[in-house]
Amino acid sequence: METFHIIVLLLDATFRVATPLVLAALAGMFSERSGVVDIGLEGKMLGAAFAAAAVAALSGSAWVGLGAGIITSIALSMLHAYACVTHKGNQVVSGMAINIVVAGLAPTLGYAWFRMGGQTPPLSGDARFRSLTLPFAETMRDVPIVGYIYAELISGHNIIVYMAAAAVPICAWILYKTRFGLRVRAVGENPHAVDTAGITVDLLRYKALAVTGLLCGIAGSYLSTAHGAGFIRDMTAGKGYLALAALIFGKWRPVPTLFACLLFAFTDAVQARLQGVELPVVGVIPVQFIQALPYILTVLLLAGFVGKANPPKAIGEPYIKER
Amino acid sequence: MTQEKVRFGAPLKIPGWVNYALIPLVNLVAAFVLSGIVILIVGDDPLEALKVLLYGAFGYPEAIGYTLYYTTNFIFTGLAVAIAFHCGLFNIGAEGQAALGGIGVGLICLYLDGLPFWMIIPLAIIAAAVFGAAWAYIPAYLQAKRGSHIVITTIMFNFIAASLLTYLLVEVVIDPNGQSPESRRFIETTWLPYFHDFLAMPETPLNLSFIYALALSAGFYFLVWQTRWGYEIRVVGQNETAARYAGISPAKNIILAMMISGALAGFVGINEIQGVQHRLILDFTGGYGFVGIAVALMGRNHPIGIFLAALLFGALYQGGSELAFEMKSINKEMVIVIQGLIILFSGALEHMFRPKIEAAYRRIAPRRPVEAS
Repeated sequence: METFHIIVLLLDATFRVATPLVLAALAGMFSERSGVVDIGLEGKMLGAAFAAAAVAALSGSAWVGLGAGIITSIALSMLHAYACVTHKGNQVVSGMAINIVVAGLAPTLGYAWFRMGGQTPPLSGDARFRSLTLPFAETMRDVPIVGYIYAELISGHNIIVYMAAAAVPICAWILYKTRFGLRVRAVGENPHAVDTAGITVDLLRYKALAVTGLLCGIAGSYLSTAHGAGFIRDMTAGKGYLALAALIFGKWRPVPTLFACLLFAFTDAVQARLQGVELPVVGVIPVQFIQALPYILTVLLLAGFVGKANPPKAIGEPYIKER
Repeated sequence: MTQEKVRFGAPLKIPGWVNYALIPLVNLVAAFVLSGIVILIVGDDPLEALKVLLYGAFGYPEAIGYTLYYTTNFIFTGLAVAIAFHCGLFNIGAEGQAALGGIGVGLICLYLDGLPFWMIIPLAIIAAAVFGAAWAYIPAYLQAKRGSHIVITTIMFNFIAASLLTYLLVEVVIDPNGQSPESRRFIETTWLPYFHDFLAMPETPLNLSFIYALALSAGFYFLVWQTRWGYEIRVVGQNETAARYAGISPAKNIILAMMISGALAGFVGINEIQGVQHRLILDFTGGYGFVGIAVALMGRNHPIGIFLAALLFGALYQGGSELAFEMKSINKEMVIVIQGLIILFSGALEHMFRPKIEAAYRRIAPRRPVEAS
């Protein structure tokens, strides 16, 4: 029974860590499937986290904060589109620039506006997304196993965790079952064909990047108004890159990407629990090794040692119309 | 001056000063104007800030020493990114390669410190180069032989390097008498000489590695434009298919360029660890690897351009700390904003002003005689 409780608690932590990863990785999926490399997920999340926390602190409403986070992230995404799609700039450089600008801008503005060393005021009450207790969670708790899983694991998260869970099937549906999704996939593989079919490549990529901005905005807002209580500098701490790794590990597909995010989040949860614990056979595993594990796995995958990752064919290349 | 004849209808050639001076300058001004707006938003005077920045970077001897010390790091990483660019590769992993270079230097200074000074310095340089190059070799090999995208693998290697450095500092080389994750101090015979040791100038972190960086810049020019290796690297960068037809192996040159790149990035460890910190610490790479991308972009992958761009970023780093000190609403993160905006305008948005400037040049440029066709 003890092990069972530990596993449930581990999975509970996994869900909480995985939420921003899932949202950001799905965000990256729309961008990359449309043929635009996005290493700026990190910056968009950080920008959204700052905007959401700042606005939530001023307005007292987490929902208004979420709106501000989404708007900020979409604005940054449009900047990326403007540089890479309109002006055919280098997509990696653009993402990099966005990451660096936001890493500087968020604490600069935070310092000037709140005078708290680059942080935003701590959020409480309605300015945060609180955990929801699903119906019957408490009455079900005493039912063996199923009830406990329901009460501890399924219930008791904030709304964004459920949004992330819902986002996976919704994004999969959009990508595979709608006209927009088909076009996004096509434009990432062969923009010339899409252009020949009479669809504007640039506009389509702008739209895909807007979806990227939306999802990244939710991911960032989660960090500062749901998972945490306020913005602290560098609070994304590489999660954008980790999401990118998960996206690649999931081979640019929604469901495998979800599992990659869960795997990475699970290693994180396990690592928090394993610190200094002696394991049979291997002994103490260094924390740093477990932290580096997602990146090592991604490199192995890219090298073709673990499965094979086939990126969208037209990724990274600006589309130049033939005249 | 002989007037060159242009054929009728041929587009006017854009002279070098437009390409290499005017356009970078316009991008730089755009970045500074936007930074000025940010400074206005946070409630300070941008012109005053610019004055403080310039004074803080060049206004007094000590400031110049600090500026050149930062410049040294940016020359190393700028050259590192540039050699990869010449081969058509995007090395975003200079940060991780610099970390590894530092580890190499640190291990030499910690465990071979019984050796005399004149042996330690070349050994440390070799260690920095070997460690940095080895760290770049893996992504390069995977790119060349297995087609894994080098941008992604080098990003991943940055994180793996950071974990490795933390592991070493926490578990292996940590000073047993200390609390924080850092090694013991190196003994003084392993330190690189400072400039103030042999020149009449105030105490600054500027050390011999600055001279080394300048020498490497000259070597870089020689390698890229005067040797067969450099030529092959550039051909692969321009056109892989053409290279293959000419009997030049793309895979070999990708690996070679990346290893040179990694070695150059590793030299940050010489300046930081052996020159200034005198112990192995966390996060000594301080974003130099990422800024190296901006340095290479602005410097157009040429050592002279890279030196000027490195000087600009060195001045920003040093002037920026003065800025945080002097201005009430500005802290040191403002410098990161300016850096980011420079990368944005001179890198991602490089095609924004260019067509307009070129068109404007064509309109104002003096008419030249047209050869009858």
